[in-house]
Amino acid sequence: MTTAYQIVVCGSIVPDPLQTLEPVAAPTGPALKNEMMLPAVLDPWAGHALFEAANLAKNNPGSKVWLVALGPKAKLQQVMMTVAQKVPFELVALDGSASGFTDATETATALAEAIAAIPGLDKSKLLVFGGWESASRGAGATMQIVGERLGIVDQFQGVDQLTVNADGSLEILERIEGGKHQVSRCAGAPALLGWATGNLPEPKNNPQVGMVNMRTVMPALQKAKPTKLAGEGLSFAGVALPKQLRETKIVKDQSPDAIAQEIVAWIKK
Amino acid sequence: METILVLAHTENDGSLAKSAREAMHSAAALHQSLAGSQLVVGLIGDHVQAAANSIAASPATKYFGVTGTDFTQARYASDAAAAESIFKAAQATIVVAPATSRWARVLPGVAQRLGGRADTHVTGVAVTDGKISVSRWYYRQRMEGALTRTQRPWLIGIDPGSQPACACGAGTAAVEMVAVALPDTARRTTVTGLREPKADAQTIRPDAQLLFVTGAGWTKKQADGQTHVPEAEKLILGFLKAARASLGSSKSLVDLGGEGQAVLPFLSHLNQIGQTGATPRHAKGLSTCCHGEEPHTVGWRFINERRAISLDPNCGWARGKADVLYVADAFAVVTKVNELLAAA
Repeated sequence: MTTAYQIVVCGSIVPDPLQTLEPVAAPTGPALKNEMMLPAVLDPWAGHALFEAANLAKNNPGSKVWLVALGPKAKLQQVMMTVAQKVPFELVALDGSASGFTDATETATALAEAIAAIPGLDKSKLLVFGGWESASRGAGATMQIVGERLGIVDQFQGVDQLTVNADGSLEILERIEGGKHQVSRCAGAPALLGWATGNLPEPKNNPQVGMVNMRTVMPALQKAKPTKLAGEGLSFAGVALPKQLRETKIVKDQSPDAIAQEIVAWIKK
Repeated sequence: METILVLAHTENDGSLAKSAREAMHSAAALHQSLAGSQLVVGLIGDHVQAAANSIAASPATKYFGVTGTDFTQARYASDAAAAESIFKAAQATIVVAPATSRWARVLPGVAQRLGGRADTHVTGVAVTDGKISVSRWYYRQRMEGALTRTQRPWLIGIDPGSQPACACGAGTAAVEMVAVALPDTARRTTVTGLREPKADAQTIRPDAQLLFVTGAGWTKKQADGQTHVPEAEKLILGFLKAARASLGSSKSLVDLGGEGQAVLPFLSHLNQIGQTGATPRHAKGLSTCCHGEEPHTVGWRFINERRAISLDPNCGWARGKADVLYVADAFAVVTKVNELLAAA
């Protein structure tokens, strides 16, 4: 039995992880220095969710993937130039802050409203995907709130594998403590999955997919709804880089035997 | 006046995990700093009496419990319903819970259900001028922020390993049972089991004293111009066994494995530490053949004592980040370390 799923992936942009990040105090709260100048990428775990969604859609004919993204329109457009070449999807864009210092509830509320407004959405076929944590706020909170707002109580976080069984049920592997996976069986859609790394490599760029995607990406960006995240009730006392710089003792010209003895003594201390 | 609820789940044997006692410590400290506050405990599991008894000498004045087979498994729908019911029975304003995978899955959703807010991965809770603030890290442990909220209820998930465990003594606690009527829609999911490597193949040990970090250098050409991957595998696994250490790895090394190359096959993304991996907490860390500056080094942000072995004396992974950097060949040193540990 195959099911035509409606897979909605929530994912936004984050600064390229290789960039130097420095917090600054802005009138609206903490921000990153030169935030709008920093090169951005699709949030890594949200990216895995998108690739898993596309793979699921490919294996279940009739399925469709949407990417719902909240971020500054100009930065979203830059990132979509690359992401759109990876897998087929339809973009739903919201024009607002993608800062890690925004409130997860406000972000989730905007995302849930955007999902609910997707024309023709059938909850019995709905799978909501996203990263289990972002590389910005890193709270692991947004997806659960999106699920609650959409009335989805079959939720899974830290997902590394989804298998659709012959009877339409879903087998899901979630990361838990100690390098283990919890295995669950869910009756089927609707369900929400916050993905960890999954099992799929990043797809190669495919210009043909990019051309098809861009037909809907550009109009979606043009009509992106302005979304204000006020941070109501939330105030920061401060944000700072860790100051700790260790005085590293450099040990050169010692034999492996001497180093090994020192390390073993340290381990046993 | 704040009512602080500590939420915890019992383990399979009915006990409380260390992470639950750490959350209890944070909540008790908060209670002590907030004049007129009340501390209560909510427990979920198959049976909760033994767990309640194990912390009966804590400052908590009430104990609530949700029990039954439906609440043994870590399932969103039933855990959220249980937490919601306990919260309502306790009439809490602040909820403190360990950010275990089980609670991390449900806390934000429960906050949404209750009209409150949740903050997760919290590493510190403080009270200043009567105001509660929490500390947590942003941008994958690259900067730390302190924040406060006016909304209630405020659900706070404490990162395991970030706090001392409470030394609450045992006794006899009177547990008020809370009935939860689970609808059929909450039973659409069933936890069917766990999947884990065999005991001798498990390389992730959260309770280990030492984190052993392996970098991509293990798979590169060595002084003789050849790679020595099988030897690296033997040395790393030998060290883990002898030192009873947990294994972390850089992203580059894990990715090599994921690309199908015959490279350290025991590594998976679960071992990955750093920007897109875990940031485990261990007392000591020994890195080998690692390289790179921030952000790669965030993987051992929460390691207390750090030592590194690298051929590069200017290695950004170690300079300014480690306490000691041994400029040496990791193959030679780890061989000797394994011999010494085996002989001990």
